[in-house]
Amino acid sequence: MGMTITEKILCEHTDLAEVYPGLLINARVDIALGNDITAPIAIAAFRKTGGLKVFDRDKIALIPDHFTPNKDIDSAEQCKVVREFAREQEITHYYEVGEVGIEHALLPEKGIVLPGDLVIGADSHTCTYGALGAFATGVGSTDLAAAMLTGEVWFRVPETMKIVFHGEMKKWVSGKDLILHVIGLIGVDGARYKAMEFTGETVKHLGMADRLTIANMVIEAGAKNGIFVPDEITRAYVDERAKRPYRFYDSDSDATYAEVLDVDVGKIELQVAFPHLPSNVRGISRVGNVKIDQVIIGSCTNGRIEDLRIAAGILKGRKAAPYVRLIVMPATQAIYKMALREGLMEVFIDANAVIGPPSCGACLGGHMGVLASGERAVATTNRNFVGRMGHPGSEVYLAGPAIAAASAVLGRIAGPDEL
Amino acid sequence: MKFKGKIWKFGDNIDTDAIIPARYLTTSDPEILAAHCMEDADPEFVKKIMIGDIIVAGENFGCGSSREHAPIAIKAAGISCVIAKSYARIFYRNAFNMGLPIFESRDLWDRISDAQEIEVDGDRGTIKVINSGIDALSVRPIPPFMQELIGDGGLMKHLSKKRD
Repeated sequence: MGMTITEKILCEHTDLAEVYPGLLINARVDIALGNDITAPIAIAAFRKTGGLKVFDRDKIALIPDHFTPNKDIDSAEQCKVVREFAREQEITHYYEVGEVGIEHALLPEKGIVLPGDLVIGADSHTCTYGALGAFATGVGSTDLAAAMLTGEVWFRVPETMKIVFHGEMKKWVSGKDLILHVIGLIGVDGARYKAMEFTGETVKHLGMADRLTIANMVIEAGAKNGIFVPDEITRAYVDERAKRPYRFYDSDSDATYAEVLDVDVGKIELQVAFPHLPSNVRGISRVGNVKIDQVIIGSCTNGRIEDLRIAAGILKGRKAAPYVRLIVMPATQAIYKMALREGLMEVFIDANAVIGPPSCGACLGGHMGVLASGERAVATTNRNFVGRMGHPGSEVYLAGPAIAAASAVLGRIAGPDEL
Repeated sequence: MKFKGKIWKFGDNIDTDAIIPARYLTTSDPEILAAHCMEDADPEFVKKIMIGDIIVAGENFGCGSSREHAPIAIKAAGISCVIAKSYARIFYRNAFNMGLPIFESRDLWDRISDAQEIEVDGDRGTIKVINSGIDALSVRPIPPFMQELIGDGGLMKHLSKKRD
């Protein structure tokens, strides 16, 4: 019987000849990831179980990116735990502030995660790496601890939902609009426990940045993983980064899918997810007059150079509206440097934007962009739950970089065509 | 494995930011996390509950982040178990790994209101609503190996006990 790409990658990481949905398997892990919030719990669990040495220092990534640069004494202590563990265990992929970036932008950029890999991360957006044709999923700290100890994790093989994108994307429409549209269609638990495999004519021309954005947000539909079958676009991206061999997998033509969703992207306009669920999606033409106080451009979802180029293209020669705080956060140091060279940073500063360091802080209401009661933000991030970005009485509207930039200028949620 | 307590009812899609807001994730101390349990869904929650009380929720409980601080906060607040129509997958895994018993019931939510008292029998897989005439709603029982893991206080404590 044929297998999907998700089933094949899982199978390849066991000693089994085939796997199928519902089967419980123990699988070998290529990369296990933790950050400054989740790793301390995993490290404590690792030690409590009598762990002395991690299974493979090259296969663990410890990325202090959430409350860094340290926002207070407590978060400094959490980072210290991670740093000391990384030193003691001689963890290869530990990056200090100044070198660190947002984990899900940094790991693909540095070629730490590659096509065909099995990746677990104690962070729900670990699913991002599916864009490379890897199996990647979020787990809790305890699962990370077990993986650091044994190099293995148990899984239930998921059923796969196939999403077929066809048609030509309208001007300004990006990966963010496609995934928001899909989440709006199926709901925040529409793919619960499932793999989401993205395919179709449109995907053939979709750049890596858009694929990473789409895979990043499958967790917002409850999915276990999101995945793209790798192609020449993937190869061009990984070839210059990979320091070890990687492998392309494809889905068999007779593979079984639990569901197939056909999406004509030509009909999708710019999308906005209203509070307080990522599925509460509207097209920009149906937004109405929503005044805003803050705009965040960045995060693991939309903090890549492609996103900054779109935003800068719109902001060039314009300024943020009075009383609107515009915060731009490149997701990694390399992206920051590229944006500097391309003159994007000057555009942002001239637009009265403040440039933040690569950090997850603003997205989850940690630091550097926390909202007060009654305030509204447009953000290129991934979640708009109650209190996500600060006070429980604040509101987050999710959108792509085009809407974020245009909204900053107009002081209300708007698309670039209104400028 | 039996639980008896007053129930606190929540709706669909209770996310991990509601269970334990990210602003408190500068620590993993269970006592501190417990003090803010469910704060953004119900700011008075921790003041109102008694040890052993039970959370009853709708679909997709625990969606969002992978933070284990969520089941830690619920358990440390004194909640004995959670019964939801369905769970987000990372939370489902984390709850067992942390030793927080959770059950799935599609029927209970619609047949119960806040502050009613229930009795859950995790071995037989039944729920009784006290003084209501509902005495045998079925839930999937917790298998013995998982009961042992929960009894030991979660996956890691269970593993270290097995190594001894």
